[in-house]
Amino acid sequence: MAVGKEIKTQIASVKSTQKITSAMELVAASKMRKAQQRMAKGRPYADRIRSVVSHIATANPEYRHLYLQEREAKRVGYIVVSTDRGLCGGLNVNAFRETASSVKKWREQGVEVDFCAVGSKAMAFFRSYGGNVVAALNHLGDEPSAAKIVGSVKVMLDAYAEGKIDRLYLVHNRFVNTMTQKPTVAQLLPLPPSEDDEMQRRHWDYIYEPDAKQLLDGLLTRFIESQVYQAVVENNACEQAARMIAMKSATDNAGEIIGDLELAYNKARQAAITQEISEIVGGAAAV
Amino acid sequence: MGISVHCDIVSAEQEIFSGLVEMIIAAGSEGDLGITPGHTPLLTALNPGPVRVIKQGGEEEVFFVTGGFLEVQPNIVTILSDSAERAADVDEAAAIEAKKEAEKALANKSGEFDYASAASQLAEAAARLRTIQQLKKKIQR
Repeated sequence: MAVGKEIKTQIASVKSTQKITSAMELVAASKMRKAQQRMAKGRPYADRIRSVVSHIATANPEYRHLYLQEREAKRVGYIVVSTDRGLCGGLNVNAFRETASSVKKWREQGVEVDFCAVGSKAMAFFRSYGGNVVAALNHLGDEPSAAKIVGSVKVMLDAYAEGKIDRLYLVHNRFVNTMTQKPTVAQLLPLPPSEDDEMQRRHWDYIYEPDAKQLLDGLLTRFIESQVYQAVVENNACEQAARMIAMKSATDNAGEIIGDLELAYNKARQAAITQEISEIVGGAAAV
Repeated sequence: MGISVHCDIVSAEQEIFSGLVEMIIAAGSEGDLGITPGHTPLLTALNPGPVRVIKQGGEEEVFFVTGGFLEVQPNIVTILSDSAERAADVDEAAAIEAKKEAEKALANKSGEFDYASAASQLAEAAARLRTIQQLKKKIQR
C-alpha cells in the first residue's frame, strides 16, 4: 500500500532534525553552566576596577591621562563582540542592529567609523554592511584566552593614542538571565566619570606611587582589557543561553510538525481503507 | 575594638577577600606600606609579595599577590591583583624549587637567554617565600 509515502519520509526527516536540535539544546545547557561560572568569577574584578577607574576620572590630578581627555570626535571606534557560530536566535542580529543605529548617529554628523570585529559573525556582518574593519578576532572557543583578546584591543588603544580615533565603544550582549540577553553599547574611551555626586563636588586627588603617568598607563590599559575580556566571556554565556532557548523552541516546533504530519498520514490511510472497502462492497453487489 | 575600613581583595580569577579590617600591609612598588583607616586617597602599583590584613578584632590573614594595584578611598580600600592566593595555599617546597631554578638561570648568562623573564621569575619566587615566612611567624605567635 503506497498511501502517504511522501508523508512518511517527511516525518522521518523532521524526526532526525528534532534529534539534532534536542542534542544541541543539551550541549548548550551544559556549556552555559560553565560559561556562567566563568562570567561570575570575572565579575568582581571587572566591577572593582570599574569603580576605581571612575574614581580616577573624577579626581583632579595634575596629570591628565590621554584616556581621560575629552576630544572632539572626528572618527570613532567600535569593538563589536559577537559569536563564532550561528543557531543562537536573534542574539547577533540584535547586537548588530544596536551597533548600526549608534553608528548611524555618528555618520549623520559626518564622523567616520572604524570597527574591531570579535567573532566570525561580526566579520560576516561588516562584510555586507560595509565599514572599515581594522582588527578582527575569531575562533576564540569556549574558553577565550585573555592573551588573544589583548592583541586586538591594543590595535584600538594604539589608534586612540595616535589620535586616529577619538571615541571607543564596546558592543556586546549583557546576560540578564537565561531568557533575556540585552545588547548594550558602552563607551570605553574617554572614560566616563563617576556618577557619585559627592565625589564630584569635592576637590581631591590621589597620592601616586611611583608616579602618575606610569601608574595610570598600566591601570587604565588593564581596565580596558578587563572590560573587553569580561564582555567576551559574558557574550559567550549569552550565546549558550540563546542557543539553548532557540534549540528548545526548534525541538518543540518539530514535535508539533510531526504531530500534524502523523494526523494527515492517518487520515490518508483511513480514507484509502474506506475507499477500498466500498470498492469491494460495490464489486460484490455487482456480482 | 579599633576603627576599621572596608577592604576588598580581588584577582582576575575570583574574589579573595572582602570585609572590615583595621590595617593592611602590602608590598608597594616603592616599598612596603601599611594602610590604616582614615588614610588619604592613594593609588599605587604592587610588587609581587604578601599582603597582610588585620581584620576587625585583631585576627590576621596573609595573602599572596603577583603584582597589581592598590587604591585607597576614605571608606574603602581595593586591591586589584593580577592573581592572588591565600597564603596557606602557597606551596613552600615549590617556591624554593622555583627560586633555585631562577637563580641558576640567572647565573649562566649564555647566548639568547631571556634575562628579564628570569629576573621576574626570581622576584616572584622570592615573594612567595616571603609570604610563607610571614605566615609561619604568625602561627608561632
